[in-house]
Amino acid sequence: MGDFSRYIPHTEADCRDMLESIGVQKVEDLFKAIPEKYRMKGTLNLPEPLSEPDLLRRLQALQSPAVPGDGSSHFLGAGAYHHFIPSVVSSLISRSEFYTAYTPYQPEISQGTLQAIFEYQTLICQLTGMEVSNASMYDGASSLAEAVLMSQRMTKRKKVLLSQAVHPEYQTVIRTYIDPDQQEIVTIPYNKKEGRTDEEALSRLLSEEVGAVVLQSPNFFGVIEDLGPIGEKVHRAGGLLIAGFSEALAYGILAPPGVSGADIVAGEGQSLGIPVSFGGPYLGILTTQEKYVRNMPGRLVGETVDLDGKRGFVLTLATREQHIRREKATSNICTNEGLCALMATIYLSCLGKEGLREVALMNLSKAEYAKKAVSKVKGCSLAFSSPTFNEFVIKIEREPEEVLKVLAKDKILGGLSLARFYPELNRHLLVTVTEMVMKKEIDCWADALERALK
Amino acid sequence: MEFREGLLYTESHEWVKEEGDTVTIGISDYAQCQMKDVVYVEMPEIGAEFKKGDSIGVVESVKTVADIYSPVSGKVVETNLALKDHPQFINEDPFGKGWIVKIAVRDKGELKGMLSAKDYRKSLPEE
Repeated sequence: MGDFSRYIPHTEADCRDMLESIGVQKVEDLFKAIPEKYRMKGTLNLPEPLSEPDLLRRLQALQSPAVPGDGSSHFLGAGAYHHFIPSVVSSLISRSEFYTAYTPYQPEISQGTLQAIFEYQTLICQLTGMEVSNASMYDGASSLAEAVLMSQRMTKRKKVLLSQAVHPEYQTVIRTYIDPDQQEIVTIPYNKKEGRTDEEALSRLLSEEVGAVVLQSPNFFGVIEDLGPIGEKVHRAGGLLIAGFSEALAYGILAPPGVSGADIVAGEGQSLGIPVSFGGPYLGILTTQEKYVRNMPGRLVGETVDLDGKRGFVLTLATREQHIRREKATSNICTNEGLCALMATIYLSCLGKEGLREVALMNLSKAEYAKKAVSKVKGCSLAFSSPTFNEFVIKIEREPEEVLKVLAKDKILGGLSLARFYPELNRHLLVTVTEMVMKKEIDCWADALERALK
Repeated sequence: MEFREGLLYTESHEWVKEEGDTVTIGISDYAQCQMKDVVYVEMPEIGAEFKKGDSIGVVESVKTVADIYSPVSGKVVETNLALKDHPQFINEDPFGKGWIVKIAVRDKGELKGMLSAKDYRKSLPEE
Protein backbone atom coordinates (compact mmCIF):
# COMPACT_ATOMS: atom_id res chain seq x y z
CA MET A 1 0.00 0.00 0.00
CA GLY A 2 3.01 2.23 0.49
CA ASP A 3 2.73 5.88 1.59
CA PHE A 4 -0.84 5.98 0.40
CA SER A 5 -1.98 4.13 3.52
CA ARG A 6 -0.58 6.80 5.84
CA TYR A 7 -3.62 8.98 5.23
CA ILE A 8 -6.24 6.23 5.00
CA PRO A 9 -7.44 4.46 8.11
CA HIS A 10 -8.01 1.03 6.49
CA THR A 11 -5.52 -1.67 7.32
CA GLU A 12 -4.18 -4.04 4.69
CA ALA A 13 -6.49 -6.74 6.08
CA ASP A 14 -9.49 -4.40 5.68
CA CYS A 15 -8.61 -3.81 2.05
CA ARG A 16 -8.10 -7.50 1.38
CA ASP A 17 -11.52 -8.28 2.85
CA MET A 18 -13.20 -5.65 0.72
CA LEU A 19 -11.44 -6.77 -2.48
CA GLU A 20 -12.31 -10.38 -1.76
CA SER A 21 -16.00 -9.72 -1.22
CA ILE A 22 -16.32 -7.93 -4.55
CA GLY A 23 -14.23 -10.62 -6.24
CA VAL A 24 -11.09 -8.81 -7.39
CA GLN A 25 -7.49 -9.39 -6.45
CA LYS A 26 -5.90 -5.97 -6.19
CA VAL A 27 -6.89 -2.32 -6.18
CA GLU A 28 -5.56 -1.82 -9.72
CA ASP A 29 -8.17 -4.33 -10.97
CA LEU A 30 -10.85 -1.77 -10.12
CA PHE A 31 -9.57 0.44 -12.91
CA LYS A 32 -9.72 -2.22 -15.62
CA ALA A 33 -12.59 -0.40 -17.32
CA ILE A 34 -10.17 2.35 -18.31
CA PRO A 35 -8.24 1.41 -21.45
CA GLU A 36 -4.59 0.71 -20.79
CA LYS A 37 -3.30 3.62 -22.87
CA TYR A 38 -5.24 6.20 -20.84
CA ARG A 39 -3.91 4.95 -17.56
CA MET A 40 -1.14 6.87 -15.86
CA LYS A 41 2.16 5.05 -15.50
CA GLY A 42 4.80 5.87 -12.93
CA THR A 43 4.42 8.46 -10.22
CA LEU A 44 2.72 11.82 -10.10
CA ASN A 45 4.67 14.78 -11.35
CA LEU A 46 5.19 16.31 -7.90
CA PRO A 47 8.27 17.60 -6.14
CA GLU A 48 9.88 15.55 -3.37
CA PRO A 49 7.99 15.56 -0.06
CA LEU A 50 8.97 18.20 2.51
CA SER A 51 9.09 18.07 6.28
CA GLU A 52 6.45 20.10 8.09
CA PRO A 53 8.76 23.03 8.95
CA ASP A 54 10.08 23.17 5.36
CA LEU A 55 6.59 23.00 3.90
CA LEU A 56 5.39 25.84 6.14
CA ARG A 57 8.42 27.92 5.21
CA ARG A 58 7.71 27.30 1.52
CA LEU A 59 4.06 28.29 1.82
CA GLN A 60 4.94 31.39 3.81
CA ALA A 61 7.38 32.40 1.10
CA LEU A 62 4.64 31.94 -1.50
CA GLN A 63 2.17 34.11 0.38
CA SER A 64 4.64 36.85 1.28
CA PRO A 65 4.01 39.13 -1.76
CA ALA A 66 0.37 39.39 -0.73
CA VAL A 67 0.75 39.14 3.05
CA PRO A 68 4.04 40.71 4.06
CA GLY A 69 5.61 38.13 6.35
CA ASP A 70 8.19 39.07 8.92
CA GLY A 71 11.12 37.51 7.06
CA SER A 72 13.59 38.40 9.78
CA SER A 73 16.38 36.15 11.01
CA HIS A 74 16.10 35.61 14.76
CA PHE A 75 19.14 35.46 17.00
CA LEU A 76 17.23 36.54 20.11
CA GLY A 77 16.43 34.30 23.05
CA ALA A 78 17.27 35.12 26.66
CA GLY A 79 14.24 33.35 28.09
CA ALA A 80 11.89 33.51 25.07
CA TYR A 81 12.76 31.07 22.31
CA HIS A 82 11.81 30.86 18.67
CA HIS A 83 11.14 27.16 18.14
CA PHE A 84 9.15 25.23 15.61
CA ILE A 85 5.65 24.35 16.80
CA PRO A 86 3.98 21.45 14.95
CA SER A 87 0.56 22.41 13.57
CA VAL A 88 -1.09 19.67 15.62
CA VAL A 89 -0.50 21.72 18.80
CA SER A 90 -2.62 24.72 17.83
CA SER A 91 -5.11 22.51 16.03
CA LEU A 92 -5.81 20.42 19.16
CA ILE A 93 -5.80 23.21 21.73
CA SER A 94 -8.22 25.21 19.57
CA ARG A 95 -10.98 22.81 20.55
CA SER A 96 -13.39 24.91 22.57
CA GLU A 97 -13.52 22.32 25.38
CA PHE A 98 -9.92 23.26 26.08
CA TYR A 99 -9.50 26.91 25.31
CA THR A 100 -12.60 28.24 26.99
CA ALA A 101 -12.07 26.32 30.21
CA TYR A 102 -10.85 28.01 33.36
CA THR A 103 -9.79 26.06 36.46
CA PRO A 104 -12.58 23.53 36.92
CA TYR A 105 -14.25 24.34 40.22
CA GLN A 106 -15.64 20.86 40.46
CA PRO A 107 -12.46 19.35 39.11
CA GLU A 108 -13.45 15.68 39.10
CA ILE A 109 -16.23 16.35 36.62
CA SER A 110 -13.58 17.40 34.08
CA GLN A 111 -11.84 14.05 33.72
CA GLY A 112 -10.32 15.04 30.37
CA THR A 113 -8.67 18.15 31.80
CA LEU A 114 -7.37 16.20 34.78
CA GLN A 115 -6.02 13.43 32.59
CA ALA A 116 -4.23 15.96 30.36
CA ILE A 117 -2.63 17.52 33.45
CA PHE A 118 -1.70 14.07 34.76
CA GLU A 119 0.04 13.27 31.47
CA TYR A 120 1.75 16.68 31.62
CA GLN A 121 3.10 15.88 35.10
CA THR A 122 4.44 12.54 33.90
CA LEU A 123 6.19 14.04 30.87
CA ILE A 124 7.70 16.88 32.90
CA CYS A 125 9.03 14.43 35.51
CA GLN A 126 10.70 12.46 32.72
CA LEU A 127 12.16 15.63 31.22
CA THR A 128 13.60 16.95 34.49
CA GLY A 129 14.48 13.59 36.07
CA MET A 130 12.38 14.33 39.14
CA GLU A 131 9.67 12.37 41.00
CA VAL A 132 6.81 14.85 41.27
CA SER A 133 5.64 17.74 39.12
CA ASN A 134 2.86 20.11 40.08
CA ALA A 135 0.10 20.95 37.61
CA SER A 136 2.12 23.97 36.35
CA MET A 137 2.56 27.56 37.45
CA TYR A 138 2.43 31.06 36.00
CA ASP A 139 5.85 31.29 34.34
CA GLY A 140 9.52 30.42 34.78
CA ALA A 141 10.39 33.37 36.99
CA SER A 142 7.52 32.87 39.44
CA SER A 143 8.15 29.11 39.52
CA LEU A 144 11.74 29.68 40.54
CA ALA A 145 10.62 32.21 43.15
CA GLU A 146 8.11 29.68 44.53
CA ALA A 147 10.94 27.15 44.71
CA VAL A 148 12.90 29.61 46.87
CA LEU A 149 9.91 30.07 49.22
CA MET A 150 9.45 26.30 49.31
CA SER A 151 13.07 25.78 50.40
CA GLN A 152 12.48 28.04 53.39
CA ARG A 153 9.45 25.99 54.46
CA MET A 154 11.59 22.86 54.21
CA THR A 155 14.83 23.97 55.86
CA LYS A 156 13.68 26.91 58.03
CA ARG A 157 17.04 28.46 57.15
CA LYS A 158 17.36 32.09 56.29
CA LYS A 159 20.01 32.49 53.62
CA VAL A 160 19.57 31.83 49.93
CA LEU A 161 22.58 31.85 47.61
CA LEU A 162 21.50 33.08 44.20
CA SER A 163 23.80 32.79 41.21
CA GLN A 164 24.40 35.99 39.28
CA ALA A 165 24.14 33.88 36.12
CA VAL A 166 20.44 33.16 36.75
CA HIS A 167 18.19 35.09 34.32
CA PRO A 168 18.31 38.68 35.71
CA GLU A 169 14.53 39.06 35.47
CA TYR A 170 14.03 35.80 37.39
CA GLN A 171 16.39 37.22 40.04
CA THR A 172 14.24 40.33 40.31
CA VAL A 173 11.06 38.28 40.68
CA ILE A 174 12.70 36.16 43.43
CA ARG A 175 13.66 39.33 45.32
CA THR A 176 10.09 40.60 44.98
CA TYR A 177 8.56 37.32 46.21
CA ILE A 178 10.57 36.65 49.33
CA ASP A 179 9.70 37.96 52.76
CA PRO A 180 12.83 39.80 53.94
CA ASP A 181 12.01 38.78 57.54
CA GLN A 182 12.21 35.13 56.55
CA GLN A 183 14.86 35.02 53.87
CA GLU A 184 17.96 36.87 52.77
CA ILE A 185 19.40 36.72 49.26
CA VAL A 186 23.17 36.56 48.80
CA THR A 187 24.55 36.75 45.27
CA ILE A 188 27.16 34.27 44.01
CA PRO A 189 29.24 35.95 41.29
CA TYR A 190 29.94 34.27 37.97
CA ASN A 191 33.41 33.30 36.80
CA LYS A 192 34.45 36.01 34.34
CA LYS A 193 36.39 33.61 32.11
CA GLU A 194 34.11 30.58 32.10
CA GLY A 195 30.71 32.23 32.38
CA ARG A 196 29.72 29.69 35.02
CA THR A 197 28.75 30.31 38.60
CA ASP A 198 31.99 30.83 40.56
CA GLU A 199 32.39 27.59 42.53
CA GLU A 200 35.06 28.92 44.86
CA ALA A 201 32.92 31.88 45.82
CA LEU A 202 30.01 29.49 46.33
CA SER A 203 32.08 27.34 48.70
CA ARG A 204 33.10 30.42 50.68
CA LEU A 205 29.51 31.59 51.03
CA LEU A 206 28.12 28.18 51.94
CA SER A 207 27.31 27.72 55.64
CA GLU A 208 24.84 26.09 58.01
CA GLU A 209 22.62 29.13 57.58
CA VAL A 210 22.17 28.52 53.86
CA GLY A 211 18.82 26.92 53.06
CA ALA A 212 19.17 26.80 49.30
CA VAL A 213 21.52 27.47 46.43
CA VAL A 214 19.84 28.63 43.23
CA LEU A 215 21.50 28.00 39.88
CA GLN A 216 20.26 27.96 36.33
CA SER A 217 21.48 25.51 33.70
CA PRO A 218 21.97 26.37 30.92
CA ASN A 219 22.44 29.72 32.63
CA PHE A 220 21.59 33.18 31.30
CA PHE A 221 24.82 33.21 29.26
CA GLY A 222 23.84 29.88 27.73
CA VAL A 223 26.57 28.13 29.68
CA ILE A 224 25.95 24.67 31.14
CA GLU A 225 26.54 24.61 34.90
CA ASP A 226 28.25 21.70 36.60
CA LEU A 227 25.34 20.86 38.89
CA GLY A 228 26.58 17.52 40.26
CA PRO A 229 29.60 18.63 42.35
CA ILE A 230 27.79 21.80 43.46
CA GLY A 231 24.82 19.72 44.61
CA GLU A 232 27.11 17.54 46.71
CA LYS A 233 28.64 20.58 48.40
CA VAL A 234 25.25 22.09 49.13
CA HIS A 235 23.90 18.84 50.56
CA ARG A 236 26.95 18.45 52.82
CA ALA A 237 26.07 21.83 54.31
CA GLY A 238 22.48 20.64 54.83
CA GLY A 239 21.01 22.92 52.17
CA LEU A 240 18.96 22.28 49.06
CA LEU A 241 19.95 22.66 45.42
CA ILE A 242 17.40 24.49 43.30
CA ALA A 243 18.03 24.11 39.58
CA GLY A 244 16.35 26.73 37.40
CA PHE A 245 16.10 26.82 33.64
CA SER A 246 14.74 29.06 30.92
CA GLU A 247 15.39 26.73 27.97
CA ALA A 248 13.57 23.44 28.67
CA LEU A 249 14.58 21.99 25.31
CA ALA A 250 18.18 21.70 26.52
CA TYR A 251 17.13 18.63 28.52
CA GLY A 252 16.60 16.84 25.22
CA ILE A 253 20.35 16.15 25.35
CA LEU A 254 21.63 17.41 28.71
CA ALA A 255 21.48 15.13 31.73
CA PRO A 256 18.30 16.14 33.56
CA PRO A 257 18.93 18.16 36.75
CA GLY A 258 17.26 15.44 38.84
CA VAL A 259 20.16 13.13 38.01
CA SER A 260 22.61 15.76 39.28
CA GLY A 261 20.97 15.80 42.70
CA ALA A 262 18.69 18.83 42.42
CA ASP A 263 16.02 18.95 45.15
CA ILE A 264 13.74 21.31 43.27
CA VAL A 265 13.78 21.97 39.53
CA ALA A 266 11.85 25.03 38.38
CA GLY A 267 11.75 27.06 35.22
CA GLU A 268 10.15 28.09 31.97
CA GLY A 269 8.30 25.73 29.61
CA GLN A 270 7.71 28.17 26.72
CA SER A 271 10.12 26.25 24.48
CA LEU A 272 7.79 23.24 24.55
CA GLY A 273 5.31 24.22 21.88
CA ILE A 274 4.25 27.65 23.15
CA PRO A 275 4.72 30.67 20.87
CA VAL A 276 6.78 33.68 21.96
CA SER A 277 3.65 35.87 21.65
CA PHE A 278 4.79 39.21 23.14
CA GLY A 279 5.97 37.63 26.38
CA GLY A 280 3.08 35.46 27.47
CA PRO A 281 1.16 33.46 28.50
CA TYR A 282 4.03 31.15 29.34
CA LEU A 283 4.36 28.02 31.43
CA GLY A 284 5.92 27.67 34.87
CA ILE A 285 7.36 24.23 35.58
CA LEU A 286 8.04 23.08 39.14
CA THR A 287 9.19 19.61 40.11
CA THR A 288 10.63 18.05 43.24
CA GLN A 289 11.25 14.79 45.08
CA GLU A 290 8.30 12.89 46.52
CA LYS A 291 9.40 13.42 50.13
CA TYR A 292 8.97 17.20 49.68
CA VAL A 293 5.55 17.02 48.08
CA ARG A 294 3.70 18.55 51.06
CA ASN A 295 5.76 21.69 50.74
CA MET A 296 5.17 22.04 47.04
CA PRO A 297 3.00 24.98 45.90
CA GLY A 298 0.04 24.60 43.58
CA ARG A 299 -2.07 21.66 42.70
CA LEU A 300 -1.38 18.12 41.72
CA VAL A 301 -3.45 15.59 39.80
CA GLY A 302 -3.39 11.98 40.93
CA GLU A 303 -4.58 8.75 39.41
CA THR A 304 -7.08 6.56 41.23
CA VAL A 305 -9.88 4.06 40.68
CA ASP A 306 -13.59 4.71 41.11
CA LEU A 307 -16.15 2.53 42.91
CA ASP A 308 -16.33 0.16 39.94
CA GLY A 309 -12.54 -0.13 39.75
CA LYS A 310 -12.27 2.07 36.65
CA ARG A 311 -9.29 4.38 36.20
CA GLY A 312 -9.96 8.02 37.07
CA PHE A 313 -8.22 11.24 38.03
CA VAL A 314 -8.56 13.49 41.09
CA LEU A 315 -6.96 16.56 42.57
CA THR A 316 -4.45 15.35 45.14
CA LEU A 317 -3.13 17.24 48.17
CA ALA A 318 -5.51 20.11 47.43
CA THR A 319 -6.04 20.49 51.18
CA ARG A 320 -2.93 22.67 51.29
CA GLU A 321 -4.24 25.10 48.70
CA GLN A 322 -5.64 28.52 49.31
CA HIS A 323 -9.34 27.68 49.07
CA ILE A 324 -8.94 25.46 52.13
CA ARG A 325 -5.85 26.74 53.95
CA ARG A 326 -6.45 30.43 53.27
CA GLU A 327 -3.45 32.52 54.40
CA LYS A 328 -1.62 29.36 55.49
CA ALA A 329 -1.68 27.78 52.04
CA THR A 330 1.66 26.66 50.62
CA SER A 331 1.20 29.39 48.02
CA ASN A 332 -1.35 32.05 47.22
CA ILE A 333 0.11 32.92 43.85
CA CYS A 334 0.22 29.63 42.03
CA THR A 335 -1.79 30.22 38.86
CA ASN A 336 -2.04 27.00 36.88
CA GLU A 337 -1.46 27.51 33.14
CA GLY A 338 -3.82 24.77 32.00
CA LEU A 339 -3.88 25.55 28.29
CA CYS A 340 -0.12 26.14 28.05
CA ALA A 341 0.51 22.94 30.00
CA LEU A 342 -1.68 21.17 27.46
CA MET A 343 0.38 22.68 24.62
CA ALA A 344 3.56 21.35 26.22
CA THR A 345 1.92 17.94 26.68
CA ILE A 346 0.92 17.73 23.02
CA TYR A 347 4.31 19.02 21.88
CA LEU A 348 6.27 16.53 23.99
CA SER A 349 4.09 13.57 23.11
CA CYS A 350 4.17 14.24 19.38
CA LEU A 351 7.95 14.72 19.35
CA GLY A 352 8.64 11.77 21.60
CA LYS A 353 11.96 11.01 23.23
CA GLU A 354 13.80 10.69 19.93
CA GLY A 355 12.24 13.77 18.35
CA LEU A 356 13.08 15.91 21.35
CA ARG A 357 16.65 14.72 21.23
CA GLU A 358 16.85 15.51 17.52
CA VAL A 359 15.54 19.04 17.98
CA ALA A 360 17.95 19.61 20.87
CA LEU A 361 20.83 18.32 18.76
CA MET A 362 19.86 20.64 15.91
CA ASN A 363 19.97 23.58 18.32
CA LEU A 364 23.34 22.54 19.64
CA SER A 365 24.96 21.96 16.26
CA LYS A 366 23.59 25.16 14.69
CA ALA A 367 24.78 27.16 17.69
CA GLU A 368 28.20 25.51 17.42
CA TYR A 369 28.31 26.38 13.72
CA ALA A 370 27.47 30.00 14.57
CA LYS A 371 30.19 30.06 17.24
CA LYS A 372 32.69 28.90 14.64
CA ALA A 373 31.48 31.44 12.08
CA VAL A 374 31.66 34.30 14.52
CA SER A 375 35.13 33.48 15.80
CA LYS A 376 36.43 34.13 12.26
CA VAL A 377 34.98 37.65 12.32
CA LYS A 378 37.53 40.36 13.04
CA GLY A 379 36.74 42.41 16.15
CA CYS A 380 34.54 39.70 17.56
CA SER A 381 35.24 36.82 19.96
CA LEU A 382 33.52 34.35 22.24
CA ALA A 383 33.26 35.79 25.75
CA PHE A 384 33.28 32.56 27.77
CA SER A 385 35.13 29.27 27.47
CA SER A 386 32.56 26.81 28.96
CA PRO A 387 30.29 24.55 26.90
CA THR A 388 26.93 25.98 25.87
CA PHE A 389 23.65 24.74 24.44
CA ASN A 390 21.89 27.07 21.98
CA GLU A 391 22.98 30.42 23.43
CA PHE A 392 26.36 32.06 23.86
CA VAL A 393 27.89 35.46 24.56
CA ILE A 394 30.12 37.28 22.09
CA LYS A 395 32.38 40.25 22.74
CA ILE A 396 32.52 42.91 20.03
CA GLU A 397 34.74 45.93 19.57
CA ARG A 398 31.98 48.44 18.96
CA GLU A 399 28.94 49.78 20.81
CA PRO A 400 26.46 46.81 20.73
CA GLU A 401 23.39 48.96 20.08
CA GLU A 402 25.05 50.44 16.97
CA VAL A 403 25.99 46.99 15.71
CA LEU A 404 22.44 45.74 16.25
CA LYS A 405 21.11 48.69 14.25
CA VAL A 406 23.34 47.79 11.31
CA LEU A 407 22.15 44.18 11.47
CA ALA A 408 18.50 45.23 11.74
CA LYS A 409 18.82 46.95 8.35
CA ASP A 410 19.40 43.49 6.88
CA LYS A 411 16.37 42.17 8.77
CA ILE A 412 18.58 40.39 11.29
CA LEU A 413 17.63 40.48 14.96
CA GLY A 414 21.27 40.00 15.86
CA GLY A 415 21.25 39.37 19.61
CA LEU A 416 20.66 41.00 22.98
CA SER A 417 22.95 43.67 24.38
CA LEU A 418 23.87 42.63 27.93
CA ALA A 419 24.80 46.10 29.27
CA ARG A 420 21.39 46.71 30.84
CA PHE A 421 21.69 43.57 32.97
CA TYR A 422 25.47 43.44 33.53
CA PRO A 423 27.17 46.87 33.31
CA GLU A 424 30.58 45.18 33.02
CA LEU A 425 29.43 43.33 29.89
CA ASN A 426 28.92 46.55 27.91
CA ARG A 427 30.52 45.24 24.70
CA HIS A 428 28.68 41.94 24.75
CA LEU A 429 25.80 40.34 22.91
CA LEU A 430 23.83 37.29 23.99
CA VAL A 431 23.17 35.28 20.83
CA THR A 432 20.61 32.48 20.44
CA VAL A 433 20.55 29.98 17.59
CA THR A 434 17.58 27.63 17.48
CA GLU A 435 16.57 25.00 14.95
CA MET A 436 14.57 27.73 13.17
CA VAL A 437 17.70 29.50 11.94
CA MET A 438 18.98 28.25 8.57
CA LYS A 439 22.64 27.79 7.82
CA LYS A 440 22.59 30.58 5.23
CA GLU A 441 21.03 32.92 7.82
CA ILE A 442 23.95 32.22 10.15
CA ASP A 443 26.36 33.03 7.32
CA CYS A 444 24.52 36.28 6.57
CA TRP A 445 24.59 37.18 10.26
CA ALA A 446 28.35 36.62 10.47
CA ASP A 447 28.86 38.67 7.28
CA ALA A 448 26.73 41.50 8.63
CA LEU A 449 28.71 41.46 11.89
CA GLU A 450 31.93 41.66 9.90
CA ARG A 451 30.65 44.70 8.00
CA ALA A 452 29.39 46.36 11.16
CA LEU A 453 32.73 45.92 12.90
CA LYS A 454 34.88 47.19 10.04
CA MET B 1 -18.43 10.92 71.09
CA GLU B 2 -16.14 10.84 74.06
CA PHE B 3 -15.20 13.73 76.34
CA ARG B 4 -12.63 11.98 78.49
CA GLU B 5 -12.57 13.09 82.11
CA GLY B 6 -9.31 14.04 83.80
CA LEU B 7 -7.94 15.86 80.77
CA LEU B 8 -7.81 19.57 80.05
CA TYR B 9 -9.13 21.02 76.79
CA THR B 10 -8.64 24.13 74.66
CA GLU B 11 -11.15 26.00 72.55
CA SER B 12 -9.03 25.07 69.52
CA HIS B 13 -9.81 21.40 70.30
CA GLU B 14 -6.52 20.12 71.71
CA TRP B 15 -6.50 17.96 74.83
CA VAL B 16 -3.75 18.06 77.47
CA LYS B 17 -2.77 15.42 79.99
CA GLU B 18 -0.61 16.54 82.88
CA GLU B 19 2.19 14.16 83.92
CA GLY B 20 4.60 15.81 86.33
CA ASP B 21 6.59 18.46 84.50
CA THR B 22 5.51 17.38 81.05
CA VAL B 23 2.19 17.39 79.24
CA THR B 24 0.95 15.13 76.46
CA ILE B 25 -1.03 16.85 73.71
CA GLY B 26 -3.50 15.47 71.18
CA ILE B 27 -6.67 16.53 69.43
CA SER B 28 -10.13 15.83 70.84
CA ASP B 29 -12.56 13.15 69.69
CA TYR B 30 -14.83 15.96 68.51
CA ALA B 31 -12.01 17.44 66.40
CA GLN B 32 -11.10 14.13 64.73
CA CYS B 33 -14.81 13.53 63.97
CA GLN B 34 -15.06 16.90 62.27
CA MET B 35 -11.88 16.42 60.26
CA LYS B 36 -12.71 12.91 59.02
CA ASP B 37 -9.92 10.55 57.89
CA VAL B 38 -6.51 11.85 58.91
CA VAL B 39 -3.88 11.15 56.25
CA TYR B 40 -0.79 12.96 57.50
CA VAL B 41 0.55 14.53 60.68
CA GLU B 42 3.36 17.05 60.67
CA MET B 43 5.17 17.13 64.01
CA PRO B 44 7.75 19.49 65.54
CA GLU B 45 11.40 18.55 66.07
CA ILE B 46 12.54 17.30 69.46
CA GLY B 47 14.05 20.20 71.40
CA ALA B 48 12.08 22.87 69.55
CA GLU B 49 10.72 25.57 71.86
CA PHE B 50 7.25 27.03 71.59
CA LYS B 51 5.19 29.72 73.22
CA LYS B 52 1.61 29.21 74.24
CA GLY B 53 -0.58 29.61 71.14
CA ASP B 54 2.18 28.81 68.61
CA SER B 55 1.47 26.28 65.89
CA ILE B 56 3.43 23.12 66.77
CA GLY B 57 2.24 20.92 63.96
CA VAL B 58 -0.36 20.18 61.35
CA VAL B 59 -3.02 17.52 61.03
CA GLU B 60 -4.06 16.82 57.45
CA SER B 61 -7.23 14.93 56.59
CA VAL B 62 -8.97 14.16 53.34
CA LYS B 63 -11.09 17.22 53.95
CA THR B 64 -8.83 19.87 55.39
CA VAL B 65 -5.55 20.78 57.03
CA ALA B 66 -5.57 22.14 60.58
CA ASP B 67 -2.86 23.55 62.82
CA ILE B 68 -2.19 22.15 66.25
CA TYR B 69 -1.69 25.00 68.71
CA SER B 70 0.42 24.55 71.80
CA PRO B 71 -1.69 25.16 74.91
CA VAL B 72 1.49 25.81 76.94
CA SER B 73 4.97 27.30 76.57
CA GLY B 74 7.86 24.86 76.67
CA LYS B 75 10.17 22.47 74.88
CA VAL B 76 9.27 19.41 72.82
CA VAL B 77 10.57 16.22 74.49
CA GLU B 78 8.88 13.53 72.43
CA THR B 79 6.70 13.12 69.36
CA ASN B 80 4.49 10.20 68.40
CA LEU B 81 6.53 8.62 65.59
CA ALA B 82 3.90 5.92 65.08
CA LEU B 83 1.69 8.58 63.47
CA LYS B 84 4.06 8.80 60.50
CA ASP B 85 2.95 5.40 59.27
CA HIS B 86 -0.40 5.25 61.07
CA PRO B 87 -2.02 8.69 60.96
CA GLN B 88 -5.38 6.90 61.38
CA PHE B 89 -4.54 6.40 65.10
CA ILE B 90 -5.86 9.93 65.55
CA ASN B 91 -9.28 8.78 64.32
CA GLU B 92 -9.23 5.41 66.01
CA ASP B 93 -7.93 6.37 69.44
CA PRO B 94 -7.59 10.17 69.78
CA PHE B 95 -6.90 10.06 73.54
CA GLY B 96 -4.54 7.06 73.44
CA LYS B 97 -2.48 5.88 70.47
CA GLY B 98 -3.32 9.12 68.69
CA TRP B 99 -1.38 11.39 71.03
CA ILE B 100 0.82 13.84 69.10
CA VAL B 101 3.51 15.51 71.18
CA LYS B 102 4.95 15.77 74.71
CA ILE B 103 6.15 19.11 75.96
CA ALA B 104 8.20 20.03 79.07
CA VAL B 105 6.14 22.84 80.54
CA ARG B 106 7.85 26.07 81.51
CA ASP B 107 5.01 27.61 83.53
CA LYS B 108 2.32 25.34 84.94
CA GLY B 109 0.20 28.41 85.64
CA GLU B 110 -0.71 28.38 81.96
CA LEU B 111 -2.77 25.23 82.52
CA LYS B 112 -5.13 27.06 84.82
CA GLY B 113 -7.09 28.80 82.07
CA MET B 114 -7.94 25.55 80.27
CA LEU B 115 -11.33 23.85 80.11
CA SER B 116 -12.54 20.74 81.93
CA ALA B 117 -14.22 17.97 79.94
CA LYS B 118 -17.61 19.33 80.99
CA ASP B 119 -16.85 22.94 80.08
CA TYR B 120 -15.30 21.90 76.78
CA ARG B 121 -18.45 19.98 75.90
CA LYS B 122 -20.54 23.04 76.73
CA SER B 123 -18.34 25.27 74.55
CA LEU B 124 -19.16 23.22 71.44
CA PRO B 125 -22.04 24.18 69.13
CA GLU B 126 -25.23 22.18 69.70
CA GLU B 127 -25.58 19.46 67.11
